[in-house]
Amino acid sequence: MAAVTEAPPLAPVPEKKPPRKRGRWTPYLLLLPGLLWLIVFFALPMIYQASTSVQTGSLEEGYKVTWHFATYWDALSEYWPQFLRSILYAGAATILCLLLGYPLAYLIAFRAGRWRNLIMILVIAPFFTSFLIRTLAWKTILADSGPVVGALNSLHILDLTNALGWTSGDRVLATPLAVVCGLTYNFLPFMILPLYTSLERIDGRLHEAAGDLYAKPFTTFRKVTFPLSMPGVVSGTLLTFIPAAGDYVNAELLGSTDTRMIGNVIQTQFLRILDYPTAAALSFILMAAILLMVTLYIRRAGTEDLV
Amino acid sequence: MKTTDSSGDVRLSGIGKTYGSFTAVHPLDLTVPQGSFFALLGASGCGKTTTLRMIAGLEEPTSGTVFLGDQEVTHLPPYKRPVNTVFQSYALFPHLDIFENVAFGLRRRGIKSVKKQVEDMLELVQLGEQARKKPHQLSGGQQQRVAVARALINHPKVLLLDEPLGALDLKLRRQMQLELKRIQTEVGITFIHVTHDQEEAMTMADTVAVMNAGRVEQLGSPTDLYENPNTTFVANFLGTSNLIEAEVDTKSGDDIVLKAGGGKLVLPESRCSAPTTTGGKVLVGVRPEKISLTHADDAGEISEGRNRITGKIADSSFIGVSTQYVIDSPVCPEFEVYAQNIDRDARLVPGAEVVLHWNPAHTFGLDAAQDIDAGVAEVEEDAA
Repeated sequence: MAAVTEAPPLAPVPEKKPPRKRGRWTPYLLLLPGLLWLIVFFALPMIYQASTSVQTGSLEEGYKVTWHFATYWDALSEYWPQFLRSILYAGAATILCLLLGYPLAYLIAFRAGRWRNLIMILVIAPFFTSFLIRTLAWKTILADSGPVVGALNSLHILDLTNALGWTSGDRVLATPLAVVCGLTYNFLPFMILPLYTSLERIDGRLHEAAGDLYAKPFTTFRKVTFPLSMPGVVSGTLLTFIPAAGDYVNAELLGSTDTRMIGNVIQTQFLRILDYPTAAALSFILMAAILLMVTLYIRRAGTEDLV
Repeated sequence: MKTTDSSGDVRLSGIGKTYGSFTAVHPLDLTVPQGSFFALLGASGCGKTTTLRMIAGLEEPTSGTVFLGDQEVTHLPPYKRPVNTVFQSYALFPHLDIFENVAFGLRRRGIKSVKKQVEDMLELVQLGEQARKKPHQLSGGQQQRVAVARALINHPKVLLLDEPLGALDLKLRRQMQLELKRIQTEVGITFIHVTHDQEEAMTMADTVAVMNAGRVEQLGSPTDLYENPNTTFVANFLGTSNLIEAEVDTKSGDDIVLKAGGGKLVLPESRCSAPTTTGGKVLVGVRPEKISLTHADDAGEISEGRNRITGKIADSSFIGVSTQYVIDSPVCPEFEVYAQNIDRDARLVPGAEVVLHWNPAHTFGLDAAQDIDAGVAEVEEDAA
């Protein structure tokens, strides 16, 4: 009892300090490696490219920043067909990927049972081989004397695709069809994986509940399954469309000069013509165009509203 | 507003379900009359949910037929059946708001003007304010009411409820039991309620079917099941029963006199579900709250004609409204007695010699060929 009364008055309150100072810095420390990586390999190159795009000069005399924004306009007016083509091909490949990938992802998520893991491995298996090798293999598959052309020819499908301008003559190789097929094939797993992830998360009882509430199987799909898989559809289409729009390997190996995409133009400008400002400007236009389209698309799809 | 027509009757005849070599539901016959609140009660894995799902069309029966009124629906897909289900985890559509969740069934049937109906239904379940919220913004109890509203709005012939209150805490569960009962009385639709909670089944249902290992053990009103269990499973699963092995001694009039541990017990013949032949074995049961406890010193004051058993108090626990005693007696090592705390006898402490006595009319008799502990483990499992 005495101890209580004799206790010294409380020491003055020390300077206000956050109780666990070290903890405050933990998030930044965790961010540091990634941040450094991004600065060195993303932000700096971007700034460098941005400055390149407004330079003028020549390889011999050297380039100087002259804020020559006309390069952008010149690049756009000269290469707009390739831009348009890139968006068209990438869009077609994305739609094809969605049409091919959705049923497969649905099957894996809901119907595959014990085969699920095997099918997943098969989906990922192409990644074990290089992108280039796989695309070269398509060259053989679509070769003029190959089985695909023969089959399409005898089924008179080539007549149809010729009429549509997708193929020309008796060839598939070196036509838009070949490029779009190559893009579709190469980016299909990027569609299937996010689709599968979002479909797999859907509670099977929701299907039962929809059926119980008078929804026929297809209505259940339309009103419940598909809306709930929207996050997967959005990320799948983005993961397919964005790299496909900038791709040049498929157009290079499976296409012709008539199927050049913007990626091919940029590659040529950088590595063969050595017109760095135009190449840099084209890269920025492509980036801006993709950013704009993606923003509009995400707004439209309204994914932030989904669970 | 109950009607006498039978268009809402559910008739199951010989319906059964097997998965490979495992029989989930043995062929059973069951009729649930229009407008009744019917409970399927049993421990997990007893086949009650499978039975419900066969009525909903979510499970294809291996044998038998399902009739709703005069219509055979055995092989109809769920979306063609005039029944709706309240699922165990509610299964609300997470991407639709409450209004659209409730309107889902109406829209699927092509009804255009749903606003009034949905609003009325949300009013019935007291969720009018929440119409534009998403399911995850509601509490468990509110989600549960949405699930009920979403099913009821379709005016199904039968509403199926699969452990609808399982995910709620005890207090909310009691509240929702009364709520569901109120709604059922208001709309007059046949409710079939699956639960493992015997108290829930008894509070809510007019008729309870107790299921065990894919079979209906007994069917009847809650009072009937509690007072006159036909099997040891029902006796133990619904509440607690003291079961004593006894031997038939003589019959006098409507009563059977039995020998048990040196003493004699009287059992009305009408309350015995087992065959009784002199010298045969019978299980005698009595509920713990029917028994009075008297200290051995006052044994003389017990009136004549009551069944008596002597024993020693092994344990007592005071739980407020009553005191629960465990009595060690020669006929049964753990005899349970619940005594109301009206006039507590201070001598009734562990170790005291007592006489247990009860009105013979409260005794029931069961077939001695069964497992005396059937149904005990299940109750403990569910409580854990």
